[in-house]
This record gives sequence, structure tokens and C-alpha cells, in this order.
Amino acid sequence: MSVVTLSQLQFAATGMFHWIFVPLTLGLSIMTAWMETKYVTTGDETWLRMTKFWGKLFLINFALGVVTGITMEFQFGMNWSEYSRYVGDIFGAPLAIEATLAFFLESVFIGVWIFGWNKISKKAHLVTIWLASVATNVSALIILLANAWMQKPVGYVIRNNRAEMNDFLAVLTNDYGWIKFIHTLLSGYALAAFVIMGVSAWHLLRKNENDFFVRSFRMAAVWAFVATLGVAVTGDMHAVEIAEHQPTKFAAMESQWETRRGVGMSLLLIPDVARECNNVDMFCIPNMLSILAFHDATGEIKGLKEFPKELRPPVLPTFLSFRAMTGLGMFMLLTSLAGIVLSRRQKFVEYRAFLTLMVCAIPAPYLAEQLGWVVAELGRQPWIVYGVLKTADAVSKSITTTQVILSLIGFTVLYGMLGAIDIFLLVKYAKKGPDKDVSSIINVQGRA
Amino acid sequence: MDISVFQIIWFVLWGVLWAVYFMLDGFVLGTGFLAGILAKNDTEKRVLINSVGPVWDGNEVWLITAGGATFAAFPTTYALMFSNLYSALILLLFALIVRGVSFEFRGKLEGSTWKKSWDVAIIISSFLPALLFGVAFGNIFKGIPMKNDFAAVNFSYDGTLIGLLNPYGLVTGILFVLLFAVHGALYVAIKTSDELSQRAGVLANKLWFPLLVVAVAFLGYSYPATKLYANFLNAPILVIIPLIAVASLLLVKLFALKGAMHKAFLFSCLTIVFVVFTGVTGLFPNLIPSSLDPASNLTIFNSSSSLLTLQIMTVVALIMVPTVICYKIWVYRIFRAPVRAEDVLTDPHAY
Repeated sequence: MSVVTLSQLQFAATGMFHWIFVPLTLGLSIMTAWMETKYVTTGDETWLRMTKFWGKLFLINFALGVVTGITMEFQFGMNWSEYSRYVGDIFGAPLAIEATLAFFLESVFIGVWIFGWNKISKKAHLVTIWLASVATNVSALIILLANAWMQKPVGYVIRNNRAEMNDFLAVLTNDYGWIKFIHTLLSGYALAAFVIMGVSAWHLLRKNENDFFVRSFRMAAVWAFVATLGVAVTGDMHAVEIAEHQPTKFAAMESQWETRRGVGMSLLLIPDVARECNNVDMFCIPNMLSILAFHDATGEIKGLKEFPKELRPPVLPTFLSFRAMTGLGMFMLLTSLAGIVLSRRQKFVEYRAFLTLMVCAIPAPYLAEQLGWVVAELGRQPWIVYGVLKTADAVSKSITTTQVILSLIGFTVLYGMLGAIDIFLLVKYAKKGPDKDVSSIINVQGRA
Repeated sequence: MDISVFQIIWFVLWGVLWAVYFMLDGFVLGTGFLAGILAKNDTEKRVLINSVGPVWDGNEVWLITAGGATFAAFPTTYALMFSNLYSALILLLFALIVRGVSFEFRGKLEGSTWKKSWDVAIIISSFLPALLFGVAFGNIFKGIPMKNDFAAVNFSYDGTLIGLLNPYGLVTGILFVLLFAVHGALYVAIKTSDELSQRAGVLANKLWFPLLVVAVAFLGYSYPATKLYANFLNAPILVIIPLIAVASLLLVKLFALKGAMHKAFLFSCLTIVFVVFTGVTGLFPNLIPSSLDPASNLTIFNSSSSLLTLQIMTVVALIMVPTVICYKIWVYRIFRAPVRAEDVLTDPHAY
């Protein structure tokens, strides 16, 4: 394999591994902050126990999210030095700003949150988790704005043999980035809510701490439903952006080969890449795809044949990932709605089939998250910066296949081990349930 | 203002970010790789880990910022530095990843095999970055064998990991290890109590002598191995920077002998900062000199971002860096009390 392919594999592997932990961090940080707020305002100790229990899962998960983030930053220079050189003027700034604006805040105040229970007042402690979780979310925003620039480059000119920034505001207000940010953020909230619902359901099936886990489940079900609904709405808005700015990605997502107007959406499609058509095309909803893409029943959708083969993304994986992601989203929407309705009922703990389903549903949002990135990143190929720079031209010239093979093996082994340990610890602490006694973790009073 | 003003501002900031990173992560790394020598039992190991627990993560962000700032302000340098040091950086990344999770994971399960494995992991993953950073900076001081054809924007490089392990690179590596070892031992001396604190003080005093020897060797060897001295010879006023480094190093010993460990630690901070400043001042205006041909040097003038990017970044830095420093000082104040054995045994949040 070439250095390009190996570096792509490595970036995909390290990025997807990083992305196992980040969505849960995004969601759990804000939900933990919410629980601690409830504790501070009501004084109810169950909220404190919830903060501690879900907070512990958050921290185990957080550690891996942080350490795998450095890999992402370094890889731009290590494996993609031509990319870094060519677009660093415009792409480096968000990374540096993320570190100074958000990452410091997050890392410093997470430390205070973990170790500060008995050192600062209740209110100051509450402020630390809010600062950390807001910083986590801001960090996601800045990174997604950077990513959005690769998807829809704005605010630059090609000068001095590279892309130079000429409008910073355009980079900051890139609508592609903002829609993607809200889409991604809400998907993280939905994922965290599904983890809370799943773990709660597991304990409820064993009749362990019913009050604690029913309350957790109820709270999470509302979060999950609202967040998933938001994911669907922003997903639709995002599709409009993609149809307009990344026609090849859109065509691959929907497996559209011919350029047509007023295109319908087929519920069952089987693409045939070799013959450049769809083998099976059934249950078509007339004009639906044009409506989804342009909010216009007669909108023209460009087919893949419009573009030379070397400018098309891999169709099958993009198409399948997109279908599976939206399917999982539908499933999450329905189950979280059912969760809201059922958890309001008195005999909620007796719905064993539903509770079992919710335990089994934990991997669903994880899978949807990963598939979402496959659509976004694979669908952009062969471009690294859409329409500006090809992935093949972005790779480092000074590294060898041997170097990348060795590092890829290293990452696979190391990440595999760490992932296994992390999941083991998460499951262990999730199963263990909340601590009975929280008296030792009441904050000191009177100190600022 | 002219672009060169901003290029110089970012060169200074680039040096400051690395210096602060080494000053802060230096004691975490030192504490980490000395843990095997200093701690006699599990409780003492936990005391050591908890003494850096609240701050290690925030300290590591200075590295991410230094990397990000290099990317934003000097993208060409970022591209070359990181791709040319590929193998060394992979090792560094693995070490930093393992170190971060070891702190979090070690205490999450009981069992001696589990804990012993993480103890070994902490020692190796703290030692390797100290050595590798030194080796990397030594090689940057020395110059990297690269050809740089600016017209075609073409870089070629012939160096390997083995190539980095040249005598000068190794001396710089050992210098970093010893600097961080003394720094870490002093940190443990002020952040723990009783016997452990005393043991750390004794170790800091002992390690100071080899540090002095290697520091002298580094200063001497730099003359034939690098061009670092040229700037100091041209503008003798700059000699004050290495002089502060040397004076601080001597004061470390003076205060450590008297048992004034807080002062000794403070001067250890200054030593590290001014050692980095010495190197950076010697480099100016290069970021990475080429060992093959001075025309191929990567300088702040031929590898920087555009004026607009540098201006935006300057505004961000002027607002954010002081803010970060303020809240970090607040955090260090909250956790200023030494960690005692009974703290980690009774506190359910301790690592």
C-alpha cells in the first residue's frame, strides 16, 4: 500500500477511536453539570449521588478522549505535511485557538472538579463543571469549524503557492460548520442519554436502586428525544448544504447516477457501481429527494455520471453508511419517545422487554456516530479540501511506507488494548452502581 | 505594522510556549519517572500520583498549544518539523497517551499485577518524553539534514530515528532528563510530607551534581556542534539569558542544601525556562536550521503565516494567555497544600 492509503487508514483509525469517547464526553459533561445544578439548588442527595455516579463514568471516558486528541493534532504535521504547509495559514489558527480558548479551560477545571470536592464551596464546585463542559462544547465547535473549512472552503485566496486567509469572519461563520456543530453536538447528547438509559435499564431489570435509576432514565429519555429530534432537523439542513456544495458526496449518499429534476426517494436501493446504476430501485416516494435536497419538488440533483470517475467518492460505503445512520436515528427517535411515555408510568420497572431493548440499544448511537463520520469524510474523497486540494497531494513527502506501517500497527495494538481496558472499566463501574454513602463528599462551606 | 514585527512576536511566543510547557510538564514527567525510586509502597505511589493529579492535564495543554501555535504561525515549519521527526513523535505520542491513562486507570482496580503494570507504565511513559524532547531539540539546535527548494516548494530530507541519536542529540536528551529529574524531586519535596518529602529532597540534592556536569558538557559541546553561539557573539547583551540559567541552577543547589525547597523549586523553574530561552535565542531567526546548506534554513521569515493570520493570532494570544495564567494560578493556590498519606486513603476522589 502507498503512504497515502496507509496514512488515510491511520487517520481514519485514530479519528474513529477518538470519536468513541468524545460524544459521550460532550453529552455526559453537560448532563452531569445539570445533575449537580439540581443538587445545589434543591439540596436533594439523590442528585448528588447521580452526579457522582454518572460523573465517574464520564471521567473514565474523558481520559481517553483527551489523550487520543493529541494524536489528531500531531498527525496533520506528521502524515499530512503538504496539507499543513498548503493550508496551515487558515487551518492552523482554529487549532491554536481551540487550545487556548477551550482546551485549557476544560483540562484545568476538570482537575479542579475531580479533586476539589472538599476544597472549594458547593457553588464554586458547580461552576467548575459548567466551565469544563461549556469548554468541551466550544472545543467541538472550533474543531468542527476547522473541519467545515475542509468541506466547504471559505475566506481564502490562493497566493504564494498556498491558501491564505483573507476573511477570518467567513471562516468563523461558515454555515456548514455551524449546522454540523449543532448536528454533532446533539448527537453526542443523544448518545450520552442512551448510555444513561441503557445502564439505568440494566439496574432496573435487577431491581437495584429503583428510585435512583428511574429518575436517571426519565431525565435521559427527555434529553434523548429532544436531542435526536434536533439531530434529524439539523441533518436535513445539513443535507441541503451538501447537495449545494458537495454534489458528489450527495450523489454518493443517495446513489444517484443520472442528473435529473424532481427526483424521488427510493426506500430500497441496491447500487451497482460497476455498471453505474442501481440494480434494485423500489418503493419510490415521488419528488422526495428533491424536496429533501433543495426544499423544492423540482430541484435538480446532479448524478455521479456528471463527474469523472476519479473525482467520485467510493459510492457503496458512503451510501450504506448514510442509510444505516439515518435508520439508526429513526430507531433512536422512536425508542426515546417510548422511553418518555413508559417511564412516566407507575409500573415502569415491570416493562422488562422494553428495558432489555434499551440495554441492547446502547451501541446504536455509537454506530450512528461512526457512520456519520464515514459519510462526511469518505464522501469528501478524493479531496482533502473539497475542490481545492486532493488527498493524494497532501501527504508528507519525507515519510516512508515502513514508518507508517509500523506506526499504524503501534496505534492498532495500543488503542486496541486501551479500548478494551476502558470498556472493561466503564462496564465494571456502570454495573457496580452508585455509592450508598455520599456524606464524605459534601463540599466545605464558606470558602470561595 | 510590518509583517516582520509579528513574525518576531510569534517567534518569542513560540519560545515562551515551549519554555512554559517544559517548566510545567517537566515536574510531572520527573515525578513520574522518579516514582519507582522515591515511593516505597502503594500509598506513597498514590501520594505522588495525586500530587500531580489536579494539574497534569492542564500542564499538558501547553504542549498542544505550542504545537497548535507552530501550526498556525509557522505552518511550513510545523509541516517539516513533525514529518521529519515522525518516528520520534510516534514514540512520544504513545508515551503521552499511556501516561495520561495510567494516572486515571491505576487506582480503578485492586490487585498487585494491575497496579504494578501501571507503575511500570508510568515510569517508562514519563521518562521517554523527557529524553525524546531533549533529543528532538538537540537535533533542531544542531540542524536537520534537509534541502529546501523554495521556488518549487519542495523539501527533501535524509534523516532517520537512528540519525537523531547522535552524540549531541543524546547529550541534550540527558540534559532534559536530569533537569526534569531535579525539578520533579523538588516538586515532590514541597508537595508531600514527612519521610517521602525528605527522601525527595535528598535525591534532588544528589541529582544536582550530574545535572551540573551535563549542563557544562552541553554548553561546551554546543560550540562545535551548533551555531547557537553566533547570536550571543554578535549581541553580547544576550549573554544575560544563559547567565540567568546558570545562576538559577546554582541557586537551586544553594537553597536545596539549606532545605528551602520552595525557593529551590522556583529557581528550578527559572533554570528550565532560561535553558529553553538560551536555545531559542541562539536559533533566531531560524526555527529549523539545515545542516546541509544555510540557504535551506527554515526561518521565521520564510515559513510564517500571512500577516492577517499572525494579527488574528496575536489578538487571541494577548487576550487568552493572561486569562489562562490567571485561572491556573488560582488552581495552583487551591491545591497548594501538600498531599499526605491520610488524604489519599480517606478521599474517595483520589487517584
